[in-house]
Amino acid sequence: MPTISFTEVSRDFALKTGEFHALDRVSLDIHDGEFITVVGPSGCGKSTLMNIAAGLLDATGGTVTVDGEPVHGPSPERGVIFQQYALFPWMTVRKNVEFGLRIAGVGRRERAKTALRIIDLVGLGDFADALPKTLSGGMKQRCAIARAYAVDPKVLLMDEPFGALDALTRVQMQDSLLETWNRDRRTVMFITHDVDEAVYLANRVVVMAARPGRIHRVIPVDLPYPRTEKMRLSAEFADLRREVWNAVYHQPASSERTTP
Amino acid sequence: MSEDTKPARPGGASPDTAEAPSAPGTTAKAPTGRRIPLPKPSSVLLSLCSAALGLLVWIGLTKSGIEDLPGPWAVAKRGAELVEDGTLFDDMGASLRRVLTGYLLGVALAIPVGFAMGWYPIVRRLIDPWIQFFRMVPPLAIIPLAILTMGIDEKPKVFVIFLAAFLSSVVSTYQGVVSVDSTLVNAARVLGAKDRQVFIGVVVPASTPFILVGMRIGLGASWATVVAAELIAAQSGLGFRMQQAQLYYDLPTIFVQLIAIGAIGLVMDRLLLLAERRLTGWQERR
Repeated sequence: MPTISFTEVSRDFALKTGEFHALDRVSLDIHDGEFITVVGPSGCGKSTLMNIAAGLLDATGGTVTVDGEPVHGPSPERGVIFQQYALFPWMTVRKNVEFGLRIAGVGRRERAKTALRIIDLVGLGDFADALPKTLSGGMKQRCAIARAYAVDPKVLLMDEPFGALDALTRVQMQDSLLETWNRDRRTVMFITHDVDEAVYLANRVVVMAARPGRIHRVIPVDLPYPRTEKMRLSAEFADLRREVWNAVYHQPASSERTTP
Repeated sequence: MSEDTKPARPGGASPDTAEAPSAPGTTAKAPTGRRIPLPKPSSVLLSLCSAALGLLVWIGLTKSGIEDLPGPWAVAKRGAELVEDGTLFDDMGASLRRVLTGYLLGVALAIPVGFAMGWYPIVRRLIDPWIQFFRMVPPLAIIPLAILTMGIDEKPKVFVIFLAAFLSSVVSTYQGVVSVDSTLVNAARVLGAKDRQVFIGVVVPASTPFILVGMRIGLGASWATVVAAELIAAQSGLGFRMQQAQLYYDLPTIFVQLIAIGAIGLVMDRLLLLAERRLTGWQERR
């Protein structure tokens, strides 16, 4: 049974200029332990798709289920990582990471233990009592990842999490993320606009097209994990990269599909 | 896996020192915006210079022959007398009591009302037009009405101050609530927070900077209002004493009151500023 299952999911926005089809009957199954990346031009609805899975946005048609349960509103079962980090600026790293545990009613001692373990895991051990404003972008995102992990979610939904980071930090973050993922093989849905990143991380790359937002192609990445720098520079990677690139940047002229 | 943590670590393991001055060049980038450094003589020295400059201007004005303008010495002497016979502190006490009563009542009502307006759009629609209307009426303009309906004792003055404090705090509180970053609210919701927890855990702390700014503006408005109200109708207080001095052509007393009003206002503002720094030091200032 797939972990995340989108069935004919549509989302329309009413605009002054008329209806805007952000998503048009998108169906996608993400399997248990799979790492899916979603790429596409801006306006293809990739973030909308993720927000629907997160329960932050309602679909106007179709259903999303996670582990067979239909999604209604957000839940700590689905950890979300935002591009803008979304750390609570008045809380230290430790308090941020403890937030979800506190909501879940975990006791103080247990909370501190879990938080510190995960903060160490993401390499912020020396910064547990630092405020977010003193952290670099990469460190903020590590903290946000730690916060999502703390409540032990079934799936991770990541919305261009490394989009605001510089190229070097981004590569380091990708490797850290894969390292963690390799350990627990949690299901991940990862939105990005970076073709390299999409190929490097994924089991399968989902390429979306815009107007209306829909799935254009699904490209499997048959490279073994753990992925290495050597792999990133290999011919197979270059081929896959080219294939995804073409799928993203040379899409057939967009047209409103006629309903069957 | 912590390679990227190096550039932002300005000087050792303690991130709390990140804002402390560090040698330029050792830090890749400062985490907060920093002012352009000016050559910095000690601030005590500067304050003294500033005071001396003010006194010089004052003495100059006295010497320039403005009719009956008292010099610093005459004012200081009168001030000492007023301190000695207790009137100055009694007057300060009376004014401060009015301000603090009205101000605290105003803020105490403004914060819940502001939160309600920010959180429930219906409440905002109902209340906001009235607040905008009363904001356009200077609180002092309410005094004649307040005296007629509430009598001549403390009530009308406290009420006017209450109004001044309420109006400036309520607007900033609801502005604070509506401008809470929706990503933060979403971040709390995906971690399982329900409405109440989002409100207490995110909306309240995220809007404190706005509330404190409103409280500072409100305090300034309250202080200005109390003095003016005492000039119009009071039997005690700094404004009342000044008004009496005017009747007796007692300029040194007027000066003493003016200095007291300015000094108290300044001290109160500094205290709130200090509280603001304490409570909202987490903000990323750009």
